[in-house]
Amino acid sequence: MYGKKVKLRILFISLLLISVILSMFLILRSLEENVVYFFSPTEIKSLTEIENKKIRIGGMVKDNSIVIKSENINFIITDFKNEINVSYVGSVPNLFAEGKGVVAEGFLKDSSFLIAEKILAKHDENYMPPEVKEALEGK
Amino acid sequence: MFFSQLGFYSLIIGLVFSIILFPVAYRDLFTDSNSISSNIFSISFLKLFFVLLSFICLIISFINSDFSNEIVYNNSHTTKPLLYKISGTWGNHEGSFLLCLLILVFFIFIFLITSRKEPKKYRIITLLFQEIIIIGFFLFLLITSNPFNHLFPIPKEGLGLNPILQDPILVIHPPILYLGYIGSSIILSSSIAAIIQNQVNSEWAKNLKIWVIISWIFLTIGIVLGSIWAYYELGWGGFWFWDPVENISLMPWLCLTALVHSVIVLEKRSLFATWTLILSISSFTLSMCGTFLVRSGILNSVHTFANDPSRGIFILFFLFFLILISLIIFFFFYKEKKIKQKNFLFSKETSILINNWFMMYFLSVVLIGTVYPIFLEVITNEKISVGAPFYSKLLIPFLIPFLFLMSIGPKMKWIRQNVKLFNVKLILLFFLSIFLSCLILFKTELDTLFVSVLVIFSVYLFFVTIRDFFINNQINFSQKISHFGFSLLILSIIMNGIFSREVITNIGVGEKYEFNNGTIYFENINTSEKKNYTSIVGIFRIKENNNNEIYLEPELRIFNQPLIVTSEADIKTNFIADKFLVMNFVKGNDYYNIKYQTKPFMIWIWLSAVLMCVGALINFFKRR
Repeated sequence: MYGKKVKLRILFISLLLISVILSMFLILRSLEENVVYFFSPTEIKSLTEIENKKIRIGGMVKDNSIVIKSENINFIITDFKNEINVSYVGSVPNLFAEGKGVVAEGFLKDSSFLIAEKILAKHDENYMPPEVKEALEGK
Repeated sequence: MFFSQLGFYSLIIGLVFSIILFPVAYRDLFTDSNSISSNIFSISFLKLFFVLLSFICLIISFINSDFSNEIVYNNSHTTKPLLYKISGTWGNHEGSFLLCLLILVFFIFIFLITSRKEPKKYRIITLLFQEIIIIGFFLFLLITSNPFNHLFPIPKEGLGLNPILQDPILVIHPPILYLGYIGSSIILSSSIAAIIQNQVNSEWAKNLKIWVIISWIFLTIGIVLGSIWAYYELGWGGFWFWDPVENISLMPWLCLTALVHSVIVLEKRSLFATWTLILSISSFTLSMCGTFLVRSGILNSVHTFANDPSRGIFILFFLFFLILISLIIFFFFYKEKKIKQKNFLFSKETSILINNWFMMYFLSVVLIGTVYPIFLEVITNEKISVGAPFYSKLLIPFLIPFLFLMSIGPKMKWIRQNVKLFNVKLILLFFLSIFLSCLILFKTELDTLFVSVLVIFSVYLFFVTIRDFFINNQINFSQKISHFGFSLLILSIIMNGIFSREVITNIGVGEKYEFNNGTIYFENINTSEKKNYTSIVGIFRIKENNNNEIYLEPELRIFNQPLIVTSEADIKTNFIADKFLVMNFVKGNDYYNIKYQTKPFMIWIWLSAVLMCVGALINFFKRR
């Protein structure tokens, strides 16, 4: 028979392998469930069906579109081709302003209306979402 | 003008010395004498001197607002307060890399001075490998990001520093974080030297441990400072957002934390040699990967100064080169020593090994969560983000066994522990923590089993670490403090997560808003002109149902150069909870967007992290 030491070592290595495989499996599984996809307004328009899944939309805040009421904030995200209306309850970041880049996270109600749960603006005043940049340069 | 030129030329002289050091050190490798030749010291000193001179020149250019220098023009402004003129030096890409270089050169000099007792060849090989890294940084600076570029004609006024970086904490956050990152380069170099010299032994571990502890302390403080800054400046009122940029600093931290533990086993028991080397190489690799991802503009954040692809590619190649050399040396030179030692399942070694496994698991979760979106974007062009739910789902379940093992693991003895360890007092303590957790949880609506178990185990760890102060056992004092700090950190984070409350609303001047626990009155607004911004202070009175009344005065700062608005949260801190109010304003609207938060135990999160560092510091000084 094998010595005690060899047995212990085999036990250790197999334990290690099992835990590595298990943890990788776990990580990848929950990655699938927990990622949030990012779309531009144009991509939203071309969606065939609207899933009840959390998404992010990035673009520029349309000029003169922000309306703040006591209960919510409404604005329009545009990539200069298509527009999405956003209704939002929550706090807005510093750099949230008309004509600036913005990312809204939430659920789509239909292909032109997003109920947002979170608004992200970038820290840099010159930031522009890459899609919007492409759209602008393409014009 | 003059200082820019002086800075540029001293940087080049520094590089020349760095290159000269190679043949000198190499020749010294084969001499008979037991000590390093004094030439190496003088050259290292001169190199340090010239890099320091170059850095000082850059600071002077910033103080003088010398706009003939391109980065001063891009990042400074005459109306900026002096403190932020100085901090502007490392508030940009080029300057921050010059600072990195300075720290690299400084550390190797310190290493040369403090390692006199060690074998000569080991010291020289460490120096040589470190010199490769240093030359890489020199070339990177001079080729892709010269901090002393000229502008002609000379502009009258600069573009200004991003206002959210104009903050006292951010003045010291980058240098301290760099000390942590760069400290890990010494760990790498000395590991490489130890492999080549075949002296991966307990003596070496004892010396390595000093550098591991130094980098760990700086990295911890750097992360905490960044976290405090994000808490009050970014206005979200949290301390950790699982933002890729934060994760990137967390990864080397986890790696170093694992290393701090495994290096002790190598020191005391001569075990885990290979594992310690792998961790040493990984911690520097992770630090450099972090630099690459943050600086190359792949991750968008406040840290991205310029999206210049050539810089990213340079760092990528350099990184690849370093990892390749390290791995080649590791695989071809490293001879594992067979040490006849008895291993037992119940021992301190095992518990530290388990700790390392947990650290590696946490590390891989963070790594995958951070890197996967980048790969996916490159491969499929799909854009995704991985947020807090992913991390909490994967980390929290594993925190429970981790906390439990941490409460009993450190009590184990080296080599072999009798299983009698589970004594009555510890079990009593466990019941006490169940009881206390029930008391805590009765106050909340949260009654999931999961959270309850987590609270029980964190309270248990808390009690056990406190009890350790009053009894004599295996654990030394510095470890007691650090572990107590960690238990306090976990407990505060959990309590903070459970008991945080927030109210968000839009409100006009003179209005009031009623919420569950009280009423917010927006009393008034004050506008005043400051040196380089306009300040708008809102005065809010918050009356809570228990008749507590507080005034909070959050501020909006409208900077004119560059035109940007920042909001300064007003935070009333005490030992139980922070009251946090931040307001935002969107042009052309009467309503202000406000967020009022009650954040329990916030201050304990920072204090406990500091406590962990204090423990490490005690360990560091005790050795001398």
